[in-house]
Amino acid sequence: MTNKRLLYHGSEWDFDLLRHIYDACEEIAVGELGLNTYPNQLEVITSEQMLDAYAAIGMPTMYRHWSFGKKFAREEMLYRKGAQSLAYELVINSNPCVNYIMEENTATMQTLVIAHAAFGHNHFFKNNQLFRQWTRADRVLDELSYAKKFLADCEQRYGLDAVEDLLDSAHALMQQSVDRYAPKRQSTSDKKQKAESRANYLESTFNDLYRTLPTSTDRLAKPLTATEEEAKQERNTLELPQENLLRFLARHAPKLKDWQREVLEIVRRLAQYFYPQRQTKLMNEGCATFTHYEIMNRLHDRGQIDQGAMLEFLHMHTAVVTQPSFDSKFYRGINPYALGFAMMRDIQRICNEPDEEDREWFPEIAGNGEAMQTIRQAWEEYRDESFVMQFLSPRLIRELRMFAVNNHSERPFVSISDIHDERGYRNIRQQLASEYDLSKQDPDIEVTDADLKGSRRLVLTHRVHSGRQLNKEQCKRTLRHVANLWGYRVRMLETDPETGITLDEYEAMPMP
Amino acid sequence: MHVIDRRRNPKSKSLGNRQRFLRRMKSHIREAVNQSIRHRKISDLENGQEISIDSKDLQEPSFHHDPKHGNRQFVLPGNKDYKRGDVISKPSSGEGGSGMQGSPDGEGEDSFSFVISSDEFLNIFFEDLELPNLAKKKLKSLTSSERVRAGFAKDGAPQRMNLRQTMRRSLSRRIALGRPSKSEMQELEALLSKALEKNDDVEADRIRKLLSSNRIRMQQVPFLDTVDLRYTRFERLPRPTTQAVMFCLMDTSASMTEQLKDLAKRFYMLLHLFLKRHYRSVELVFIRHTYLASEVDEDTFFHGRESGGTVVSSALDKMIEIVDARYPIDDWNIYAAQVSDGHNFDYDMQNTLSLLSQRILPICQYYAYIEVGDDIFPGTSVLWNGYTSLQEQHQNFARAEVNEAAEIFHVFHDLFANEHSR
Repeated sequence: MTNKRLLYHGSEWDFDLLRHIYDACEEIAVGELGLNTYPNQLEVITSEQMLDAYAAIGMPTMYRHWSFGKKFAREEMLYRKGAQSLAYELVINSNPCVNYIMEENTATMQTLVIAHAAFGHNHFFKNNQLFRQWTRADRVLDELSYAKKFLADCEQRYGLDAVEDLLDSAHALMQQSVDRYAPKRQSTSDKKQKAESRANYLESTFNDLYRTLPTSTDRLAKPLTATEEEAKQERNTLELPQENLLRFLARHAPKLKDWQREVLEIVRRLAQYFYPQRQTKLMNEGCATFTHYEIMNRLHDRGQIDQGAMLEFLHMHTAVVTQPSFDSKFYRGINPYALGFAMMRDIQRICNEPDEEDREWFPEIAGNGEAMQTIRQAWEEYRDESFVMQFLSPRLIRELRMFAVNNHSERPFVSISDIHDERGYRNIRQQLASEYDLSKQDPDIEVTDADLKGSRRLVLTHRVHSGRQLNKEQCKRTLRHVANLWGYRVRMLETDPETGITLDEYEAMPMP
Repeated sequence: MHVIDRRRNPKSKSLGNRQRFLRRMKSHIREAVNQSIRHRKISDLENGQEISIDSKDLQEPSFHHDPKHGNRQFVLPGNKDYKRGDVISKPSSGEGGSGMQGSPDGEGEDSFSFVISSDEFLNIFFEDLELPNLAKKKLKSLTSSERVRAGFAKDGAPQRMNLRQTMRRSLSRRIALGRPSKSEMQELEALLSKALEKNDDVEADRIRKLLSSNRIRMQQVPFLDTVDLRYTRFERLPRPTTQAVMFCLMDTSASMTEQLKDLAKRFYMLLHLFLKRHYRSVELVFIRHTYLASEVDEDTFFHGRESGGTVVSSALDKMIEIVDARYPIDDWNIYAAQVSDGHNFDYDMQNTLSLLSQRILPICQYYAYIEVGDDIFPGTSVLWNGYTSLQEQHQNFARAEVNEAAEIFHVFHDLFANEHSR
């Protein structure tokens, strides 16, 4: 390794040093790890500002709402009591990529944060398939400041209460307002080509004889009555069934004013912006943690940080990647930092030093000697669920001593369905992957019927999978929010999609 | 790559969010504040407080699964010795051994605690008393301050330049850096002319060299440099104010219920807050009386119960006694607030009035009489009627009837009105 000069001694830092640190990290990240990032912007802030940023769901600008105030009050309380320390990094998926760093941090922490966020997260945001499909990094900040201004104007014009009620209702539906399938972004030239080829095809296969064939519907199907025809028409115009509640309400709720529709759209776009982050938490943190680990180690190998800094770093790193076991009082579910980091390191190992088991399980990557390239490709193409499905190795299942549990609400006991042995690997892997599948985790709710002509009643349907019904109390209250937006009576049916039986039913009326 | 320093940005970006949050929680916070007033000491009104709210309005509902229903499979780390097919009976609380089911925001949030600042606390306290804004400002503003000289500073406004200090530093610098003085130069010039007269060329050359090197030195070391400048500095110090003592007199016979005492307490709190703004130190004296009076501590004052008749003059006697013993009139501003439900034995009225007008009102800054209780015929009680004459004769006497907290401020109104005339 090349011997370079130490970047810093001790813990003090200044702005010049930040630049040197950044350059040193960049040399490694781009030159050795082959990362490709948005340009970076480091913003030095105080701990109080970090709390602020936290409370506004980590965004640099945000419209105002009481719930952020509540969040701030709680965070502040925990922070003051010492029950919780502040995260020392916050990064915005935008172009340029905004990284917050706190002034209280030591030089080593700043190095760690720059490596973690400015290169790790940043690379992930820029290259991962989901983010590329769904979020426009270059528009995020504009969009947010537009939202802030628009809502402030609404507050001025229509009063705090009106805006607050509307936002409350919109926030309640955020989870059910994401599109799960990529939008078709066709360029106009593509569209033209498609239309032409379709026309060509029709032309080439045209045969006038077909017209004379009797069609089955002519004889068998009863012609639809006028009202049925109308209802069908209406369903088509309302784009039913529709799983994106806010989009549906913004477009079709009869009583809303234009500004209210715009607010719903703003909140919907925000929910959509966060959706990829919810689907890639494990990979995103894994990528950032792996990146900072590589960069810090290489800095140390090059002689750019000293022993003391390395020890300080390792102390923080291990705190981040700890996985308490299920019976520990610190257990809060699987730690995405821990599992993500472990999986990245595992892929590295499989590429470089595979054993028999690895060759059997991962024939396509085992021993290919291209660890970084393999990992970069994984970062690009997968989301948490598919990543676990593809790369969770038996060795890791053994190391973390994972086991699968079955819990039937009707039974007085839980049963262990699989443990870390030959029979269990695949099941555990599949099970864990499905836990990261949001389309399975979030309730499956759709707008199924809306009667615009008659009683104007709206019907939502929750398709209940494996008996997992909605929390009653919360459902009632959320439904009231739907009713407030729709302006008329709203029903929610919980049905079992296999048998078609209705399990439960709710009604809500809008507030007068 | 840019590094931007955002530390100078306006602080508390979330202020707007916090205000919205408090606004939404107002009724709950007010309730909590009122509760806490019961347990606070009179002198302890200015601290913030941790408030715990248990409220439905705090939750943000959403559609999510109920962990108590349906079948779930999940993966856990850290297996010790479970085998496939083991069954573990659930704890009776339902959910067994899994933190994975953490629902999004909403559940488990039955009670929410956070801290409100002293300003926010006072706002709510004042709001209950319906204080006008002007008064709120006055009560919350800091004490007045005055400017005092405080040494010298290296920079300041030009008109504050301190010549003496500046010249002292200039002089010592000129000496240290060896700037030739004017007189030295004149001497050299005189020597030079002498040397020229004597046609002593060697000497003349030497002096010329000296002169030119001195001139250069004079230009290099200025007479007055920016490092010499000193400016007079002023600091703002809180103006020393004198001290005040506040007498709380209360009838504690059986007819004074807890609720009435609570009203009284609010009044005392407000008065205390007001006095603290005006005096550096405020002492509290609690005198309770039935047919005889005693000095007690705050806790006993508000929560002790006694029985017996009511003799107001006993409390006044006690007060005079305490003033004579501990609070010389020259050093102390004396305030008194009497709270009662208006009862007094008829034979005592004469004595009470004379004590007040002869002994107490002359030495008091202000004497407030608050009558609590919801009389069916307001203004008919013994004390109220008796005090009518005092009201007319004495500027510093005020009386008011209070049936609920919001009315307390009227009494103060007089006090603030007098502020200007004083």
